[in-house]
Amino acid sequence: MIDSKLKEKAAFAILLAATIIVIAPVALILAIILINGLPALSFEFLFSIPRDGMRGGGIFPALVGTFYLIVGTALFAIPFGILAAIYLNEYAQRNRLTRAIELAIINLSGVPSIVYGLFGLSLFVEFLGFGASILAGSLTLAIMTLPVIITATREALSAVPRSFREVSFSLGASRWQTVRGVVLPNAIPGILTGTILGLSRAAGETAPILFTVAAFYLPKLPTSVYDQAMALPYHIYVLSTQVPNVSVKVQYGTVLVLVGMIFILNIVASYIRSYFRKKKTW
Amino acid sequence: MDKLPIKMKAVDLNAWFSGKQALSKINMDVYSNKVTAVIGPSGCGKSTFVRNLNRLHETIPGATVEGAVFLDEENIFKPRYDLVDLRRRVGMVFQKPTPFPTMSIYENAAAGIKLAGRVPRPVVDQAVETALKQAALWNEVKDCLDKPGIGLSGGQQQRLCIARTLAVRPEVILLDEPCSALDPISTGKIEELIHELKKEYAIVIVTHNMQQAARVADFTGFFLLGELVEFDVTGKIFTAPRDKRTEDYVTGRFG
Ligand SMILES: Nc1ncnc2c1ncn2[C@@H]1O[C@H](COP(=O)(O)OP(=O)(O)O)[C@@H](O)[C@H]1O
Ligand SMILES: [Mg+2]
Repeated sequence: MIDSKLKEKAAFAILLAATIIVIAPVALILAIILINGLPALSFEFLFSIPRDGMRGGGIFPALVGTFYLIVGTALFAIPFGILAAIYLNEYAQRNRLTRAIELAIINLSGVPSIVYGLFGLSLFVEFLGFGASILAGSLTLAIMTLPVIITATREALSAVPRSFREVSFSLGASRWQTVRGVVLPNAIPGILTGTILGLSRAAGETAPILFTVAAFYLPKLPTSVYDQAMALPYHIYVLSTQVPNVSVKVQYGTVLVLVGMIFILNIVASYIRSYFRKKKTW
Repeated sequence: MDKLPIKMKAVDLNAWFSGKQALSKINMDVYSNKVTAVIGPSGCGKSTFVRNLNRLHETIPGATVEGAVFLDEENIFKPRYDLVDLRRRVGMVFQKPTPFPTMSIYENAAAGIKLAGRVPRPVVDQAVETALKQAALWNEVKDCLDKPGIGLSGGQQQRLCIARTLAVRPEVILLDEPCSALDPISTGKIEELIHELKKEYAIVIVTHNMQQAARVADFTGFFLLGELVEFDVTGKIFTAPRDKRTEDYVTGRFG
């Protein structure tokens, strides 16, 4: 009796300790970023170009560049990712080929991002001749994000019970009508959540944009998809390793903006997830 | 039995799930304007049988079928038979009430109609109203057609599903244990409804509830281990079965 109570207490203590050990570093990192970064934040910091060899001024071009890259990545990755997932989940026969494709997708999500960067460099920048550009960078990020979107979309589609599809077929619906009218509306929340998480990961990546789009210093905004652009992750790298005597304030301010951006995306994603989970009834 | 108009006819129907046989050599008729019950212990192939009457069985990966099913003397398994047309003529109501969760009551009732293409709103309105009236649900929902279908009670949901099926104006209605998830009052309502509907449709109802079969069905088929053991007028199946296994089942000695 006493023994089991003691064990219960010990288990509780160990679990709590493990949780704290996991959370503490994250909390610490966030605290350091906030404390050091907040003083830098100002309208001027966000909306003006870097000055004094990037030791002062703002980060506007990098902010805009990252925004363009997210939009570009979304434009390529979302339609192809969702369509591919629909094909794999709703149309493809279960055979060796589809299993090979599935295995490939799983492995693709484990490929280090620098490999995507080099792939983008050779295919988009050089072979297709896009040069280092928003186009090449977006495509590279999109290819990296595709497996995430495909996997998330497939999970969302699979979560829609087979019975709904059967009802739809039994009413005389074709496969596509079933997908459009019944499966997708029920899967949208899951697809949205997975897609946003995929994009937020892409927004923070440095390696894939290193050779494909990122400019070291470009004190003007890009005007076409063939232009290079600054981007937040690379800008942070530059500020912390390539430029001497950058104030801690500017470095952390930039980090704070990037982390804040990704945080907002993730919060939106988990809000969508929990909002629809409450409404879900099957 | 011989002179009744035959609406559907299964001839030597066999069905498999990934090579495992679920139906063997089923020969059975479904008559116009009659209720045909399919009874038998669970796992005996009742659902598999009715799911072959609208060819839903073969949508399951690995499921195969052999033999023939005639709808108005045309074999529905013949090559290039129009599946959309078949499923609009042979409607189905499932065991678990499954209104589409993202749709309102109105949209649920209209779901089948809208699949056929652009239909003018007044026509859809009319069809929805007729179907909901036929399904004895209209009075309960006419003031809240825009509310979600899943907000209704289980019995109402099932009648909504029946309305959704009726709205397509089928000729045959397959009901696969439509009351097994419902309370006795809702069950009574649906049985009444079946009585009404047989004036216009041929009805096949799967049930594991023998009282229900006795109450609603004109004909009854007893399935066991994927075979049709006996098919006859309901009264005979329950009072004077020819097969010992049927007798054992209807007297409750197994199953
Ligand atoms: N989706 C399926 N996959 C594999 N086997 C199945 C599937 N559905 C049913 N079966 C099998 O086929 C047989 C008949 O099932 P079913 O027609 O559902 O029986 P009933 O409706 O009479 O309870 C059972 O042995 C069952 O295990
Ligand atoms: Mg069944």
